[in-house]
Amino acid sequence: MMPIPRSEITPEHIFLNRRRFMIGVGSAAGALALAACTAPIGSVSTGESAAASPDATSASLSLDGDLPAALAYGDPYASSTTDELGDSLNSFQEITNYNNFYEFTTNKQQVAQLAEQFEPYPWEVSVTGLVKNPQTFSLETLLTDFPQEERIYRLRCVEAWSMVIPWVGFPMSLLLDAVEPAAEAKYVKFTSVLRPEQMAGQRNSRFPWPYVEGLRLDEAMNPLAIFATGMYGKLLPKSNGAPIRAVIPWKYGFKSIKSIVKIEVTDIMPTSTWTNLAANEYGFYANVNPTVNHPRWSQGTERRIGESGRRNTLMFNGYGDEVADLYEGMDLQANY
Amino acid sequence: MTTRTMVRNSVNKPAAARRKRATWDRKRWFWLLVNLAAALPLLLLLWDAWRGNLSVNPIDDFTDRTGKAAIIILLLSLACTPVASILGWRLAATVRKSLGLWAFAYAGLHFLVFIGLDYGFNIGFILQDDLLQKRYIFVGLLALLAMLPLAITSTKGWMRRLGKGWKKLHRLAYAAGVLAVLHFLWLAKGGRMEPFLYAAALALLLIVRIPAVRKRAITLRRRLAT
Repeated sequence: MMPIPRSEITPEHIFLNRRRFMIGVGSAAGALALAACTAPIGSVSTGESAAASPDATSASLSLDGDLPAALAYGDPYASSTTDELGDSLNSFQEITNYNNFYEFTTNKQQVAQLAEQFEPYPWEVSVTGLVKNPQTFSLETLLTDFPQEERIYRLRCVEAWSMVIPWVGFPMSLLLDAVEPAAEAKYVKFTSVLRPEQMAGQRNSRFPWPYVEGLRLDEAMNPLAIFATGMYGKLLPKSNGAPIRAVIPWKYGFKSIKSIVKIEVTDIMPTSTWTNLAANEYGFYANVNPTVNHPRWSQGTERRIGESGRRNTLMFNGYGDEVADLYEGMDLQANY
Repeated sequence: MTTRTMVRNSVNKPAAARRKRATWDRKRWFWLLVNLAAALPLLLLLWDAWRGNLSVNPIDDFTDRTGKAAIIILLLSLACTPVASILGWRLAATVRKSLGLWAFAYAGLHFLVFIGLDYGFNIGFILQDDLLQKRYIFVGLLALLAMLPLAITSTKGWMRRLGKGWKKLHRLAYAAGVLAVLHFLWLAKGGRMEPFLYAAALALLLIVRIPAVRKRAITLRRRLAT
């Protein structure tokens, strides 16, 4: 990994140290200390064994001007090699080549390849519903108006495997504050993009596309809940929900909806796509909970990708201190 | 039959012996071919593991690929009898036992990968995850157990010793097929077509076992042949 002073990656400094990022010009300016790390987004190389699979990160964003520093690394970059529990990060290669993204395929290893056809730019996210200030944000606005910071989170899939991922993004609360939810607002509903012509899996009629997810408003306002715009110091790869996705680390991975185009603040509990498909298996809350098993398989243990064997699954995926009070007094067996 | 065997055999052997010899040759080659093909999933898996071609979740690859091979080969072994009797391709019946044994081998490997590689023979994890309470694991284990006596009694000696009972016992192969397909159906997440394809193949194999269906199918085949 490249030598980068710690002072330049801490969130406080990210805005102050923003670099000029010129698309198609190569390294922006020789005067900048980090110029060696920048590269036109269209020709980014992962620096890892790219031969094993197509590079899922190549994309062209017509962002003219500043790309936030936290997203402007040429090679995959993270400020730490472990999460706060001391467990190693998964590699960029692992994260981009093994994940569920049913919009492309149900095969975790083929997502990266099929996602190549997806065109995430330009992009807009509309925020509507019970808000005083409904708005449509362009991706550029989201990237520049909200502070982009690194968040190293564990991701626990409902299929009992997990990874540690260095996301880059901003708290959901900041976006919701900007649109000012009305007093009667209780939930937030997220909708993914619907583009069957670019997403092979959406041509599968067995699924009620587009993908929909939801959170209680107070869950979305929790500081841990973020909108991710990047990963490993780069813009979000197509395979992992480009250009913007939710990351709710104390919930099973399927709650972290990808490629979001619509956010609605509402007073009705949204029905998630997986709840719609199998309500007895996938509930609205879907909090990581080793004591509540999936009706067909166990959730007590998990396999961390990169490790052999299994490890214990942690309550709320290890984020109990931050989120347990959201569910105080609730029966988590019933509200799975 | 190749020209060379015809020439060689036509010297002074009676026609019946010649025909028998040629059939035996064909049978032997077919047997070898089928056994090599059945070994292929395992060889490919080991090759991929050695070459580092597996996914970042190699234990899942081992589990999936041994399990898939077990189901497919088990279904193929169940297809041998109807293919021979209904379609009239007698050679198929000669590899039934081999395929059954391969299916058992893959199922056993699948079980060992699950219990050994995946759970690391960790009794604590196994109890904690309450594995036998999971219906997909329960029927999977039953399928393996159903195949065990079939593998043991697959020899000529056991066939002789069990007499008529052998055939009855070996109907368990159908139970194993049903349990294996249920196992896959119950573990797969929604949206996957594959388990349903196996279920459909199994249903077809069960339907053609019904005597009335079988008779009609044979009549139809004969009519089409003439």
